Amino acid sequence: MARRSTPLLRRLLAPSPSPSASTPLAGAVSRRTVTYMPRPGDGAPRGVTLIPGDGIGPLVTGAVRQVMEAMHAPVYFETYEVRGDMPTVPAEVIESIRRNKVCLKGGLATPVGGGVSSLNMQLRKELDLYAALVNCFNLPGLPTRHDNVDIVVIRENTEGEYSGLEHEVVPGVVESLKVITKFCSERIAKYAFEYAFLNNRKKVTAVHKANIMKLADGLFLESCREVAKKYPGIQYNEIIVDNCCMQLVAKPEQFDVMVTPNLYGNLVANVAAGIAGGTGVMPGGNVGQDHAIFEQGASAGNVGNEKIVEKKRANPVALLLSSAMMLRHLQFPSFADRLETAVKRVIAEGKYRTKDLGGTSTTQEVTDAVIAKLG
Amino acid sequence: MALRRLLQGSVLPRIIGRDLAPAVAPFSTESGETIRATLFPGDGIGPEIAESVKQVFNVAGVPIEWEEHYVGTEVDPRTESFLTWESLESVRRNKVGLKGPMATPIGKGHRSLNLTLRKELGLYANVRPCNSLPGYKTRYDDVNLVTIRENTEGEYSGLEHQVVRGVVESLKIITRQASLRVAEYAFHYAKANGRERVSAIHKANIMRKTDGLFLKCCREVSEKYPEIQYEEVIIDNCCMTLVKNPGLFDVLVMPNLYGDIISDLCAGLIGGLGLTPSCNIGEGGICLAEAVHGSAPDIAGKNLANPTALMLSAVMLLRHMQFNDKADRIHNAILQTIAEGKYRTADLGGKASTSEFTNAVCDHI
Repeated sequence: MARRSTPLLRRLLAPSPSPSASTPLAGAVSRRTVTYMPRPGDGAPRGVTLIPGDGIGPLVTGAVRQVMEAMHAPVYFETYEVRGDMPTVPAEVIESIRRNKVCLKGGLATPVGGGVSSLNMQLRKELDLYAALVNCFNLPGLPTRHDNVDIVVIRENTEGEYSGLEHEVVPGVVESLKVITKFCSERIAKYAFEYAFLNNRKKVTAVHKANIMKLADGLFLESCREVAKKYPGIQYNEIIVDNCCMQLVAKPEQFDVMVTPNLYGNLVANVAAGIAGGTGVMPGGNVGQDHAIFEQGASAGNVGNEKIVEKKRANPVALLLSSAMMLRHLQFPSFADRLETAVKRVIAEGKYRTKDLGGTSTTQEVTDAVIAKLG
Repeated sequence: MALRRLLQGSVLPRIIGRDLAPAVAPFSTESGETIRATLFPGDGIGPEIAESVKQVFNVAGVPIEWEEHYVGTEVDPRTESFLTWESLESVRRNKVGLKGPMATPIGKGHRSLNLTLRKELGLYANVRPCNSLPGYKTRYDDVNLVTIRENTEGEYSGLEHQVVRGVVESLKIITRQASLRVAEYAFHYAKANGRERVSAIHKANIMRKTDGLFLKCCREVSEKYPEIQYEEVIIDNCCMTLVKNPGLFDVLVMPNLYGDIISDLCAGLIGGLGLTPSCNIGEGGICLAEAVHGSAPDIAGKNLANPTALMLSAVMLLRHMQFNDKADRIHNAILQTIAEGKYRTADLGGKASTSEFTNAVCDHI
C-alpha cells in the first residue's frame, strides 16, 4: 500500500520551490510544513543531464557544478554539448534526459528567421514538458522599484501560439494557427492549483484574452473554472492579459499564482521578472508528467551578449536558484535550503554582485562567495 | 471565404497601387473658418468629460464645431452594431473625431463598438504616447515613449473554430499591406515628432512566418528613413526592459495583440489608463482620438470623473490637425494643473470634482 502511493506522492511533491520567507518566524507561523521522511536509497546520487548551452550558459552551469561539488550534493552530471544553431537536439541527449528524468541547462540561442526551430521548444515538445514555472520574488537586499513581489507564473508550454503551424496563404498574406485544447488547458490548470495547494498559496489568477478570442481563450477559462471548483480553499479570479500587465507594473503584490496560455505566460513572466529584479535572478523550470528541465526562469533563449561572455561576468544567481528547485524536485530539500540561503546571503550583503545587479563581480567571484556561505 | 471577407474588410483593394505614405489632410487655419469634427461622448462618465473638453477648447479658442453622435439603443443592421451608419459617415466626412468611453452592451448579434469603428473606418494604427506626468509620482518618473499598434489584423481576425470538441483553432493573420502601412505611419510619426528611433516588437523566433513578415516590412520602410534608427526587439525582452528601464525606448511599432498588451503595460508605468491619451489613424487621413479607459458607471453623473485622458487625446487631435500652438497651450495647462496638485480628481488622490479640475485647466491656458 505504501509502495503504491509513493509514486503519487512523489509526483505531487515535485517541483516545490519554497517561497522566500521574510523572517524565519513569519515562515514558521504562516507556512504549513510538508514533513519529509527519508526512505532507504533516497540519498543515492542521482544522475542529471547537463546542457551548458550557448553564450553565458557554460559560465553559469559551471557555477552550479562548483557549488554542487562544494556541498557534496548527491547528484552527478552527464554533460552534453548542444548549441542553439543545431537543427535538432541529438538523440543521445534526449535519451539521457529520459533516463535521468531531470535536466539542467543554460540558454540555447534561438536564431531569428531561417528554417531552424527553437531547440528550447523542441525539448519541451519532445518530452511533453507542459508546465513552465517561473518564481518571481524580491531578493532581500536587492533594491528594486517594487516590494513584496512573490509571484509564481505557471504557463502552458505545449500549444497556443507556439503550435508552429504557419503558412503563406497567398504572397503577402501569412496565417498562424493558435491551438487551444481542453486536455492541455485542464492539465495546466490542475498543475497550477495543485502547486498552489502544496505551497500554501492563497490565490490563482487565470490570464486570458477571452473578450477577443472567445472560443480559444474561452475554452482555457472554462477549464480553469472547472478545476477551481475542486479547490474551494484557494481563491480564483480571471484577468485580461493587457490589464494584467498594467496591474503588474502598478500593484504586483496583488498576484500570487498565475496560470496562463503559452504566449501570455511568456510576457507575464518577463514583466514579473523585470519588476522583481530582472531575469538574471529568477529561477524556473519546465515540468512534464515524467521529466523536468531546470533553467533560468524567463527568456530561455537569452544567452547574454558577447561582452559578458568574454569578460566572464554572467549572473549565475538565476541558475543557482533553479538548481535549488531541482534539488527539491529530487527530494533533497536540505541541500536546496542550504543553496538558497547561501545565494540570498550573498545578494543581501551586496559585496559580490554582477553588473546587472549594480555590481562589478565576475561569475567566479559570485560563485566563490556562494560557496563560502554554504552552511 | 472567411479570409476573403477579412481581406475585403481590411480595404485591400483600395491600397493596391496607391502611395502607402499616410495622407495627413491639411486643415485650414484661416481665421474665422470653423472645422467640423465628430464627437462621440460615449457612455457613463463620457458625456461629462466630453463637456470638459468642449469647455477647454472654447477657452483656448479652438475653431472646432462639434457634431455629436450618441450610441443608439438598437442595433443598426447596416453596421451590425449599436453605432449607426450616420455616425460612421460623420467621421468619414469630417476626417477628425473624438470618442469618449463606450461600453458595449452584453449579448449576441452585434459587434463590439470599438471593433465596429476600427473595421468600418479602416483605423489601421493606434497611437499611444506614454509620458510621465510632472508632479504626479509613480514608481517611474522618466517615461517618454510612444506605442504604435497595428489595429486591423493579427490575432484579432475574429476567425476561430472548434475543430473537434475540446480543440479550438484561432487564426492570426499578418499581411504585407497592413504591416507596411503601420510601419510607414510609425516612421512618419517618428520623423514628424522629432523622435530618434523606432523599435519593431515581435516574436519572430517562434512565429517565424507571421512576425517574420511584419519585420521584413518594417525593415523595408526603415530604409526610406535613414535619419531614424531602427531596431528589433523580442517582445518578452521588451516587457522586461519596459519595467526595468523604460527610458531605453522611443517609438515602438508592433502587431495587434502585442500592441494591446504593451500599450496597457506602458499606461501602468505612468499611472493608468485614466491618464493615457490615444488616437487611431485610418485610411484617407482619418484621425479618431479616444480615451481608452472604461465608462465608470459607478461614478457617472456625479461630477467625479477625471477628464485628463480625453483632454490629452483631444490635444493629439489638435496636433494631427496642425493646431500646434493651441495644442501646446492646452497640454501645458493640463500638466500644470496636475503638477500643482491643488485640483486633482479622486483617482489621482485628490478631492476635486470634474468641474473644478476643468476650471483649473482653463485658468492655466
